[in-house]
Amino acid sequence: MTNFLRAIGRGTIKQLQELGNCGQFLAYALYSILRRPGRPVHILKQVNFIGTKSLFVIVLTAAFTGMVLGLQGYYTLTKFGSEGMLGTAVALSLIRELGPVLSALMVTGRAGSAITAEIGIMRISEQIDAMETMALDPYKYLISPKFIAAMISMPLLCAIFDVVGIYGGWVVGVKLLGVNPGAYFSEMYKAVEWKDVYSGFVKSYSFGIIIAWIGCYKGYYAGHGAEGVSKATTESVVLTSVLILVWDYFLTSILL
Amino acid sequence: MIELINIHKSFGSQTVLNGLNLTIPVGKTTAVIGPSGEGKSVLLKHMIGLLQPDQGDVLVDGKSIVGLRRSQLNQVREKFAMVFQNAALFDSMTVYENVAFPLEEKTSLSRSEIEERVAIALQEVGLKKVNHKYPDELSGGMKKRVGLARALLLQPQIVLFDEPTTGLDPVIRRAIHQLIKETQEKFGFTAVIVSHDIPDIFEVAHHIAMLYHGEILQFGTPEEIQNSDHPVVRQFISGSLDGPINSGVA
Repeated sequence: MTNFLRAIGRGTIKQLQELGNCGQFLAYALYSILRRPGRPVHILKQVNFIGTKSLFVIVLTAAFTGMVLGLQGYYTLTKFGSEGMLGTAVALSLIRELGPVLSALMVTGRAGSAITAEIGIMRISEQIDAMETMALDPYKYLISPKFIAAMISMPLLCAIFDVVGIYGGWVVGVKLLGVNPGAYFSEMYKAVEWKDVYSGFVKSYSFGIIIAWIGCYKGYYAGHGAEGVSKATTESVVLTSVLILVWDYFLTSILL
Repeated sequence: MIELINIHKSFGSQTVLNGLNLTIPVGKTTAVIGPSGEGKSVLLKHMIGLLQPDQGDVLVDGKSIVGLRRSQLNQVREKFAMVFQNAALFDSMTVYENVAFPLEEKTSLSRSEIEERVAIALQEVGLKKVNHKYPDELSGGMKKRVGLARALLLQPQIVLFDEPTTGLDPVIRRAIHQLIKETQEKFGFTAVIVSHDIPDIFEVAHHIAMLYHGEILQFGTPEEIQNSDHPVVRQFISGSLDGPINSGVA
């Protein structure tokens, strides 16, 4: 019984320590962005990696998400004779919820895992130690550019996701199912407000921070060898995805 | 001068350093020798603040570096350079970019001046036509040379070498040792080498420290160590299978 309680205590302390380290890492990373944002060339390189190179997967996912919304929305709305509202339904679903969340999940799978693997390999091959022995701050060269790039890229990718998704819904709704093309867009213009767009961008911006935070943190504290990096990468993707969904709920309840 | 005072360090339940005391003489080469897994690299990382002791103090030029903030520690590290066991070159950068990196980040030299200094540094370690190669295109010996060139570029006062010749053939091993000896004599820096290259290391180092069971068992000149009566030191130097190292009792 005593051993069981000890094991619970040890586990709890370990989890609390991990949580503390993770929070401390975020605080220092944000502080570093203000003090040592890194060179513009390093930031642009990361914007290219996190943003530009994610474009294909974002466009593809957005197109099919919009098309599915078009199909499902049409099916539901025809039951009430209001298929003219299809554009509004697709746009609000994408702008408020699906655009930020799905684009963040896609970037997590593509770039978040790569960030963890890159930093993890640098950690186990002593490249981060080498940087520290040169009296250079790894946060300036490795962490800050990734945070800034994720914060720039995510809202832009989300905007692209929304636009492509809306046109995906238009292709299915208007071209395949015969919804009035004028109604699709005009109802959308009437229903979508600035606060809908704003809440989507606030979400995607904060999801960008989560992707960079967990991706960098898991890599920076990766365990030993290839197995350590592999474990860190898996944990990074799982934790980031879960955090995005949990944080999405809290943000939605605040921004509604 | 680096002083390690009563250093204790454990990883989980494993005690690595157990009340270690060591003073590194200025402007000389000190080699830390000892069986594998005895904490030689851990000891080296304490000297530059990459690891913090559980107990004890590390003094660099009389000032403690234990518990310093990152910015304060970086000021101390300006005096240091370190050559890692696997060179620790940035694998996404070419040889030129690796060597130029500290110059680009820490000096205001022009591009042409940096190119000139990198060329000289690579020439000094005997490397030619490797500027555009990536670390994974280099042999082990070449990587170590690039690591050495990068370390010496900012003319540090103290250079730490973590097993600089591990995994190299005897000819290249000797060449690297010769290079360390020549550069130390030329620049006059304080060198600390972690090594198990017996007897080669006796030709390179001015002082030898034998690490065993988390403590410095013996410190002296290469001659004193070679003539030691201590059974652990004698066994380690001779490479004999029989003796206290095998039994684990000093």
